[in-house]
Amino acid sequence: MEQLVQKLKEEIITALNLSEMKPENIDEKAPLFVDGLGLDSIDALELTVLLEKKYGLKINTSEEGKKVLLSVNSMAEFIRENKKG
Amino acid sequence: MKRACTIASYCSIRGNKVILDDKLLYKGPEDHFSDFASGVYKHFSVSYPKFHKMDNLGKLGFLAAEILLKGRDIINKYPADKTGIMLMNSSSSLDTDRNHQRTISNSNDYFPSPAVFVYTLPNVVIGEICIRHKFYGEGNFFIMEKFNPSFMVNYISQLFDNDIVDCCITGWVEIDGDNFESVLFLIEKSSRTETGIANFEPATIESIYNRK
Repeated sequence: MEQLVQKLKEEIITALNLSEMKPENIDEKAPLFVDGLGLDSIDALELTVLLEKKYGLKINTSEEGKKVLLSVNSMAEFIRENKKG
Repeated sequence: MKRACTIASYCSIRGNKVILDDKLLYKGPEDHFSDFASGVYKHFSVSYPKFHKMDNLGKLGFLAAEILLKGRDIINKYPADKTGIMLMNSSSSLDTDRNHQRTISNSNDYFPSPAVFVYTLPNVVIGEICIRHKFYGEGNFFIMEKFNPSFMVNYISQLFDNDIVDCCITGWVEIDGDNFESVLFLIEKSSRTETGIANFEPATIESIYNRK
């Protein structure tokens, strides 16, 4: 899980062009939107594309999106649960 | 009613040089626009994380506006709804349109990027500048075959004459790959105490544009 969180942080930095940010600057428990990284709605779409492109996972509803894209940890948990078996 | 306005300042970014009112402020060794833009961003100590998410047209216009407006306190000098922007170029957002096309050209690897797609309109650069500097008045982007000082002066003068703006950024922001050119002018209503660097006339605008 720790490895996945680290990889995810690197992928988020690349996907969202957060070039002034390093993986260690991202708190995996902090909210990704508004507070925390201060991401916006376009970033949410970009993260949705990232999950589909890199992990083959789709977010099906906006409610699911709110839960999955809450933090790096929640994204990693979503990947771990849905990549099983 | 005719209202006098003046060129308060100008900034050009082209040929890897940044010039403000005829003074060379930066010359970069970079081969590619993205590296040059990062060099300018660092050199002028700009701190605006959203800059890194902009497309190249956005970065070019944003940097020119940033340097043009630095230390001018426009936000307190004029009402926000009396500050406007009118820009022009010849290739619209083609540079970014091509990037977007690359993400959708392969049906087996079809992942259009929302962050790229939102920049597939040239006027987004105006939005970026307005958000940064709180310009809430008139905003327009025109596609022209080439830089057109007569059109610019005619259009902007009407904004001043009709009391729509007290201050306006106008100019040319053109990029296609590593070929880029931005020449922005800050136009302000004339006062008795501040005269600006030159009269706002087509010949003067053309003359400044041609100082390469």
